[in-house]
Amino acid sequence: MPNLTADLTALLEPARVLHSREDLLAYGYDGTAALSGVPAVVVMVKTVEEVAAIVKYAAANRVPVVGRGSGTGLSGGSVPSMGCIILCTAQMDKVIELDEKNLTVLVESGCITQKVSDLADSVGLLYPPDPGSMKISTIGGNVAENSGGLRGLKYGITRDYVMGMEVVLADGTVVWLGNKCVKDVAGYSMKDIFIGSEGTLGIITKVLLKLVPKPAAKKTMLATFARMDCASDTVSAIIAAKIIPCTLEFLDKITIKCVEDFAKIGLPLDAEAILLMETDGHPAAVEDQAAQMVEIAKRCGATSVQVAQTAEESVRLASARRSAFSALARVSPTTILEDATVPRSELSKMIRYIQDVGARHNLRIGTFGHMGDGNLHPTFLTDEKNAAEMTRVELAMQEIFDFAISLGGTITGEHGVGLAKKPFLRRALGNASLDLMKLLKKSLDPLGILNPGKIFD
Amino acid sequence: MHPHAPKTPLPPSPGAKPFYLKDLDFGVLAQCIHCGLCLPTCPTYDATKLEKHSPRGRIQLMRNVAEGRLDLTEAFGDEMYFCLGCLACETACPAGVDYTRMFEEARADIERAGILNTEKRNWIRSIMLRGVFTRPWLLRLIGRMLRIYQASGMEWLVKKLGLLRLLPKNLRELEPLTPRVERDFSDALIAEVETPKDAARKRVGMLTGCVQDLTYSSVNRDTVDVLLANGCEVITPRMQHCCGSLHGHNGEVDTARDMARRNIDAMERSAGSLDDLDAIITNAGGCGSHLKHYDHLLHDDPRYAARARKWTAKVKDVHEFLSAIGTVKPTGVGTEQVVTYHESCHLCHGQKITKQPRELLKLIPGLKLVELPESSWCCGSAGVYNITQPEMSAKLLDRKMANIAKTGAKCVANGNPGCSVQLEAGVRTAGSDVEIVHPITLLARAYRGGQGGEK
Repeated sequence: MPNLTADLTALLEPARVLHSREDLLAYGYDGTAALSGVPAVVVMVKTVEEVAAIVKYAAANRVPVVGRGSGTGLSGGSVPSMGCIILCTAQMDKVIELDEKNLTVLVESGCITQKVSDLADSVGLLYPPDPGSMKISTIGGNVAENSGGLRGLKYGITRDYVMGMEVVLADGTVVWLGNKCVKDVAGYSMKDIFIGSEGTLGIITKVLLKLVPKPAAKKTMLATFARMDCASDTVSAIIAAKIIPCTLEFLDKITIKCVEDFAKIGLPLDAEAILLMETDGHPAAVEDQAAQMVEIAKRCGATSVQVAQTAEESVRLASARRSAFSALARVSPTTILEDATVPRSELSKMIRYIQDVGARHNLRIGTFGHMGDGNLHPTFLTDEKNAAEMTRVELAMQEIFDFAISLGGTITGEHGVGLAKKPFLRRALGNASLDLMKLLKKSLDPLGILNPGKIFD
Repeated sequence: MHPHAPKTPLPPSPGAKPFYLKDLDFGVLAQCIHCGLCLPTCPTYDATKLEKHSPRGRIQLMRNVAEGRLDLTEAFGDEMYFCLGCLACETACPAGVDYTRMFEEARADIERAGILNTEKRNWIRSIMLRGVFTRPWLLRLIGRMLRIYQASGMEWLVKKLGLLRLLPKNLRELEPLTPRVERDFSDALIAEVETPKDAARKRVGMLTGCVQDLTYSSVNRDTVDVLLANGCEVITPRMQHCCGSLHGHNGEVDTARDMARRNIDAMERSAGSLDDLDAIITNAGGCGSHLKHYDHLLHDDPRYAARARKWTAKVKDVHEFLSAIGTVKPTGVGTEQVVTYHESCHLCHGQKITKQPRELLKLIPGLKLVELPESSWCCGSAGVYNITQPEMSAKLLDRKMANIAKTGAKCVANGNPGCSVQLEAGVRTAGSDVEIVHPITLLARAYRGGQGGEK
């Protein structure tokens, strides 16, 4: 067994090689419930050269390397495996270049998502991906997990904004993939292989992101429903009317209560469901679409539709929605968030099924999510110390995933597989597809040192 | 339920040591789901980007201590004292984690285990926390001596002759933080009972604080004037004790409990009974946050538990109270002035009082309030943090001063004496002419027709 700490201290300044028990325990988790480990050592990298040197060292000594940004992942992607090096990019967080002529921004992978968003905003541009944790999540983490967000329905997800990246491969080679060209078909689109690779194929060190012009107008509305079905009918009717709003987010009753307890913005506590609707674009189009959406919601049974009067009010509503997952933790000691996703046409069925599962297994499930893109977050409010209940949670989870798959859906829409969804992956993908992934992993990381045990064994 | 009431009451324990991480209800520790939403609001994480210096990391360490996977180590102790205790994480936390409680109990554990004990630290703690801040007469005696030193020209002479060089380095570096002591303390400025001109609409108790009393007794006078102008009869107990927040935040739980009992006793002696008061007023954000926790602090003391609950229900920050009863708007034109508002951590994060001070300031004729960038980011004062962690504290002060400069305001209002001492030190170091003032002082000046404000 090599002396990791001593060896790594030769590669970067000692203060950035963390090895005390207190330090190691503080890197034992990410944002996922009930998963933890203890790394052998943590390195705070600042340059691609350092990353390359560490990966080279790890390859030579067969030590696992687990990449980590801010540790907000929701599938255990950066939870340490036994004896691993945690390679943390939190201190490698600079914006390198904002190119307003090409509408791109080049950042180091530890750069915080919010910083990119603010920077784009300051020059009249928009970086659309807005995952719930954007105030602290890193771009590198977003790319590695291919994060979604509240605007996926109209603007897509992180993948749609990655034009290029610098990656350190499993043998320490540094490669640059992609460029500022809108069109580029020179060979395989290699960058796309690393997007959503969860740190198992390489360590992303820089990312070139695409920005879009900021929409001139935006309107935010809050529709209240006495029945959950009415909310999903509204979503279907809006899409059927050929309107693609940027946001259609829903919260069920228990989520509404938890979010209101935290944010205190006057959400209707007696509603069964609320729908946060947002449309953006040309002012005239926004006016028109907003009016149609209000009309559709009312026709589908909304008890009220409230239109945000100011930009601050819109921001307050959206941030309140972003807090939903964490706010649900108010209810019980353990909060297990799921990520089942179905085609939009199957939403009502899926939501009803989740309610049935909860009742059948006697579990409390709070559900919220991105209704506009079929991405739901059924959240189990449970207690990891209650073994019997945890068994029922596992059963319920399995049933929800099976049902989502039977509807043509997926086990994870935006959180990734990591450790949390690993047991369900084969069933979701089928043998051939999973084997293809394993073949790719084997060819890019033959020693299996990069985030081993994540996605699949 | 009061927002600061414990979420799950501790079971009453007969001994005086209910505060142990290991005794904490599992739910309190498990409330944190390590989502990380606290990270961007934590000044020590922001400065270092190291997980153990974040609220989530600290909670994880506390949880490991509670569950026996980590011993009470010196490194753990250092970490808990590297935390400012600014509570920005509590404001950011959607899950409602009770960080205050965990963190105070962790520090109590650290002190009981003595893991950070050194001869010097013990000496300072025993003199300051157990000696001076538990004895109001001694604190005021020291204040008097400091005042003589500052006002007699002796300080000027010492500085002129460079005698400060004779002090050890760490003491010398603290010298700029020495607050200016007032000529008269609160007991001399405020009568035990003061009544408004017209019939009183409220009867309130007034807390004068300890540091506040020495260095900003005029703010206490201003507070009473503002309360009188708003139709309140004001009861001010004599020779008041420290509220105990210094002790509570620094692991001296038993002393904190003792201070709480003495304050309750004193207020009852002057007011007759707590029931006879509509509110107990504090004008110091840091104290207020702690004063509102007396119910939890004394929950297992059979003689005091009920009275402490009553106390907690009555304690109101002066801005909070005035907003609730409807503040009398000052008349007249007022002098044109641009003011910015710095939020004391324990006022905005500890007590969630953010709108009220701004509303009060906006009532003042001629006053233009400009928002301070990062107004709720800690200034680095944080109780005794500027003494125990001078480096991090100085970084935060620089950041605060830079933000103040951006506003162009020549006057910074803030509602906590600790912040005032820190900001005044920042102003002195920068050689700037910015005035640091309590919002209530500005209001009192406005009531006096813009004439007041002289000390």
